Amino acid sequence: MIKKIFLIGNPNVGKSVVFSRLTGVNVISSNYPGTTIGITKGYLKLQEDRVEIIDLPGSYSLEPGSQAEEVAVTLPRDFPKDQMAIINILDATNLERNLYLTLQLLEEGYPLLVCLNMCDDMKHRGINIDTAKLEALLGVPVVETCALTGHGIKLLIERIPQAVPQQPQRRSSQERWLKIGEIVSQVQHLTHRHHTLREMLEDISMKPFAGVFIAALALYFSFKFVRFIAEGLIASVFDPFFFNIYQPVVSKISYLLGREGFLHHVLIGELINGRIDFKQSLGLLTTAPYIEFAMVLPYIISFYFILSILEDVGYLPRLAILLDNFLHRIGLHGFTIIPVLLGFGCNVPGILSTRILESRRERFIASTLISIGVPCVALQAMIVGLLGQFSGFYIGGVYLVLFSIWLILGVILNKTLKGFSPELLIEIPPYRLPPITVFLKKLFLRIKGFLVEALPVVLLGVFLVNILIFYKLFDFVSGMFAPLIQGLFGLPKETVIALLIGFIRKDVAAGMLLPLGLSAKQMFIAAVLLCISFPCIATFVIMLKELGVKDFMKSLIIMSITGLVVGGVLNLAILR
Amino acid sequence: MNPMNRVSLVRMKRNQKGKIVEIAGGKALHDRLTAMGIYVGKEVALLNHSIFKGPVAIRVGRSILALGFGMASKIIVEVE
Repeated sequence: MIKKIFLIGNPNVGKSVVFSRLTGVNVISSNYPGTTIGITKGYLKLQEDRVEIIDLPGSYSLEPGSQAEEVAVTLPRDFPKDQMAIINILDATNLERNLYLTLQLLEEGYPLLVCLNMCDDMKHRGINIDTAKLEALLGVPVVETCALTGHGIKLLIERIPQAVPQQPQRRSSQERWLKIGEIVSQVQHLTHRHHTLREMLEDISMKPFAGVFIAALALYFSFKFVRFIAEGLIASVFDPFFFNIYQPVVSKISYLLGREGFLHHVLIGELINGRIDFKQSLGLLTTAPYIEFAMVLPYIISFYFILSILEDVGYLPRLAILLDNFLHRIGLHGFTIIPVLLGFGCNVPGILSTRILESRRERFIASTLISIGVPCVALQAMIVGLLGQFSGFYIGGVYLVLFSIWLILGVILNKTLKGFSPELLIEIPPYRLPPITVFLKKLFLRIKGFLVEALPVVLLGVFLVNILIFYKLFDFVSGMFAPLIQGLFGLPKETVIALLIGFIRKDVAAGMLLPLGLSAKQMFIAAVLLCISFPCIATFVIMLKELGVKDFMKSLIIMSITGLVVGGVLNLAILR
Repeated sequence: MNPMNRVSLVRMKRNQKGKIVEIAGGKALHDRLTAMGIYVGKEVALLNHSIFKGPVAIRVGRSILALGFGMASKIIVEVE
């Protein structure tokens, strides 16, 4: 009896989409190899039984290359073959390459069901596959699907029980490719087609010079759009809501609470000039929701909107080629751009996705650089809010400083760490246009993920701050750090509280800078320090888990030194 | 066979086609490349040559792969 079903296949063949279809569990899918880095589990009802479905990271073979791939190989190996089935998902537009893993799985004797995915795309590309013949040649069931639309999934489920253990056999890789050649020549028929506009675009965006030009345009417009959408949302939705609808409500509550006392302090916060100021009052019902919903959430929405487009279209691996050269100088390779971009959303998925990199050394450099030099979108939104009141020049300045840190620290790490970094080897997916429903679902998943994870921590952070202020505990802490903060960084001693709160959440920390009345220079330094100093607790935990205690300590030391040096240098270098 | 026609991937010209005759690397590299469809005897076409020792992009079968410069220079191709 089948108890577990593993989904196995090459990277970027749509395993996660099939998984979502089978289980109803929504998972993030994109158009680049390596979207899934851990395993996801879900359940499917199969003839009255509840069967566990496991979505594994993509792998090209049963000899793993990266940590993410290793999971895919070892997990099914340790499970009894008569209690499992493997659904091997193939990209129908690339039958030949995909069959290599299929043959390996057959040789191991796994009970196999082949799912020929992306059948719609196959027809666009003038490919015809004789499924019945393929089934006869492989000796296992083969089902055509298009997981994005759901086509063929029902049949796939019906045929799961037909997957039975095979007779194990041995082949060398050469024999395997010979066999594949035989199979493909019998089942696949190509009709010649002219180059489409899509294929021309695919080629041009990889060319060194034209590609760099396209990349610059793409990044510029992405950045512009993120700001445009976010500011539009703030001005037309969130600010009107807070000021016109929400403010009267909280004012009433403030009045009912008697405008002072402990409860008022925690819920509403300080009244500024006798009124509630959403940016400065620091209450659970005032500043906390305002920061999360009116300052950060709009940017979360717009950032993931743009990132999801770039991901699904398939542009990111092309960007990886262009940046490979540059990233090699800091001990990484082009593909690191994907963890970095994810890190700009939130450092946690960014650091997790460094699992797609092959070596420990690369993962260490990438995680350290992400946690130091890649501010998450929540913090970036706050920085735009904090520094925008002075001039856009300062916002650009923060990115410039962070980029310089990347360069300098990256080169130092690359020169001093032992070992060498492996080279780029990735598959470049074709450009695709996913259905809008799939796109919106992913956006919704990410926004929901943000709200579920961030909101409780934000409330906790603001609550903690209020307790500390109410009992005047801050004076003690800020007094202790005063020499460092005032002497080295040129900041008022109260800033230390914000930097410490940064450990809980960076956006709350940035919000605490607002009432301090800092000068432009001080605000700039404080913003940079918030980016590079200690990671927030979520990132902290993930880094500890991913790097291990020893490497994480190393990383922490690097962070602390970088923070001290950069803060000090900026204080000396900027005159006003 | 004319040995003069043998070059590494990084020395190929754009849109040039050739057949892989040797992969001058260790077993690990061999295995990884083989699994991705790059093996001795396979036809490849260069889509994108390398500049400043950057990566190259090749078409193998129906897929496009990008390889770092060092890796690409270990793959020897007999060009047409």
